[in-house]
Amino acid sequence: MINRELPAAKTVRIAFLGLWLIISLFPLYWILITSFKTPGAIFSYPLTYWPEEFSLENYVSLFEKSNFATYVVNSLLVSTVAATVATLIAMLSAYVLARFEFRSKAAVLMAFLVTQMIPAFIALGPLYLMMVQLKLVDNRFGLMLIYVAVCIPFSTIMLRGFFANIPDALEEAAMIDGCSRFGALFRVIVPVMKPGIIAAFIFNFVNCWNELFLSVTLMNKDENKTIPTALNGFISSFTIDWGSMSAAAVLTIVPTMVLFAFASRYIVQGLTAGAVKG
Amino acid sequence: MSGQTTTATGRPSTRAGAPSAAPHKSTRRRAFSTRRGLVILAFMLPAIIFVAVFTYYPMLAGSQMAFRNWNLNNLSNTDWVGLGNFQKIFADPNFYVILGNSVLWVVASIIPQFIIGFALALWLRRKFVFRGVYQALIFFPWAISGFLIGILFRWMFNGEFGVINDLLMKAGLIDTAIPWLAEPGTAMTAVIIANTWYGVTFFAIMILAALQSVPDEVYEAAALDGSGKVRTLFSITIPYISTTLALTVLLRVIWIFNFPDIIWAMTGGGPANQTHIITTWMISITQRGDYGQASALGLIVMVILLVFSAFYLMAIREKKGARS
Repeated sequence: MINRELPAAKTVRIAFLGLWLIISLFPLYWILITSFKTPGAIFSYPLTYWPEEFSLENYVSLFEKSNFATYVVNSLLVSTVAATVATLIAMLSAYVLARFEFRSKAAVLMAFLVTQMIPAFIALGPLYLMMVQLKLVDNRFGLMLIYVAVCIPFSTIMLRGFFANIPDALEEAAMIDGCSRFGALFRVIVPVMKPGIIAAFIFNFVNCWNELFLSVTLMNKDENKTIPTALNGFISSFTIDWGSMSAAAVLTIVPTMVLFAFASRYIVQGLTAGAVKG
Repeated sequence: MSGQTTTATGRPSTRAGAPSAAPHKSTRRRAFSTRRGLVILAFMLPAIIFVAVFTYYPMLAGSQMAFRNWNLNNLSNTDWVGLGNFQKIFADPNFYVILGNSVLWVVASIIPQFIIGFALALWLRRKFVFRGVYQALIFFPWAISGFLIGILFRWMFNGEFGVINDLLMKAGLIDTAIPWLAEPGTAMTAVIIANTWYGVTFFAIMILAALQSVPDEVYEAAALDGSGKVRTLFSITIPYISTTLALTVLLRVIWIFNFPDIIWAMTGGGPANQTHIITTWMISITQRGDYGQASALGLIVMVILLVFSAFYLMAIREKKGARS
């Protein structure tokens, strides 16, 4: 069944897949070429689908007019640290949730799931007040703490699916050979789990990299802003400088795209490990 | 942020009751050792502390604000007002318009996402050269934040210099440029198109994964029985993966309902509040400093989603029961 395909069906399939590829990529293409147009060409009519001259003017003015380099550094720092810590913590809890039966297990899982269903805005005000008391407003460490907490539930559930697929004879053998449970986890399981851990890390990183509303609430000083906060500032102002904006958009998208391209097969596996078994 | 996270909720449910049997046996052997309890505690504690302190505590604290007069502009009076914040919301005629918008936003986004995503998944089952590259390329939208997608589409839907007007005119579909984001009707259409573009990928991944769980023998049997493609799709494929489909739809509904980012970046709820959904309205109330009312709105969202989820899950269960 799967292996036979009528020529007509094949044509429809290829046409559909091709069309969707164009639709998927066109907005990215459009923002990319807009970022390379001269500011004059951006607002000229008729529109050009290929810049007449490639100009880096938008990028230059973006870095001149705003502290964009600082925002990039902040975003990289906060996202990398938060994603790393969250992935490590999630790994431990996912391991326990996959390997052990204990009384409060269902409650813990439910508590993790519920975090995904409640509008984040309910927590925004109290989080702000809490960070004021902890003197962590306008502090990158404070933002990292919150991001770690935000990332943990999802990556725990994701990694739990991966752990469940690995036979536990593996670490039992290691433990019989004299490894502690912790040692068995890191020396034997982690190497086998590499795809899952990479996928979880990338998800966490992309989540932190893209997060807007928490950082807008907590980061006020310009030197502390992350990229999304800065972008939000650009569109809040009365007129939008579309040249700099498109340059900023490209610089925001590229790192996550590189990560995604590098690991997309892990991500698909990560998302589907559970569903496939169902 | 919750974009990716929605999948999380689907997984345990789809695999519920089927955790591999092997670990069960071996853990029972050590069931009463203290060491085991210590391992569980030590491994779970960091996660639980983080989630409790930075997620649950603020969430519960936020919920109680819904019953108080909590306005950042005047924090001298944070009295309990009972259901006052809720009364104000229900008395506001905007609320009903915005509720309607939220439903429209969910329904009109999810239907095309589902159909296109399903079609992609069906057609991606067949192996072809560069399939991996193709998948990676169409998954890219998923790596971009909803907020940035809003900015992208805001630029493309620009009334004067937007590429969408230009393409439509080149194709001869319209004669004059449409000021997409300046008119309520077209603005809503525009935000829904942006959301659809973003969400198709997710459906495609989830459905593709589910399709891979359908054993080939089932298709072979269907082919032997001479059932056609459409028949096979509706009598075999869809019933076989109906649990995943149903859960994916549920999670998407919850998520889209709760997802302000695209609208916030494209229109900010305008023109004249006409593209507000509940969560974008909540943001603008938060920005005015009225946390009491915003929290009340948040609780209303929660109740709506819980009631919806409960009814939806019951409906699925009944349908399943009827079939088996």
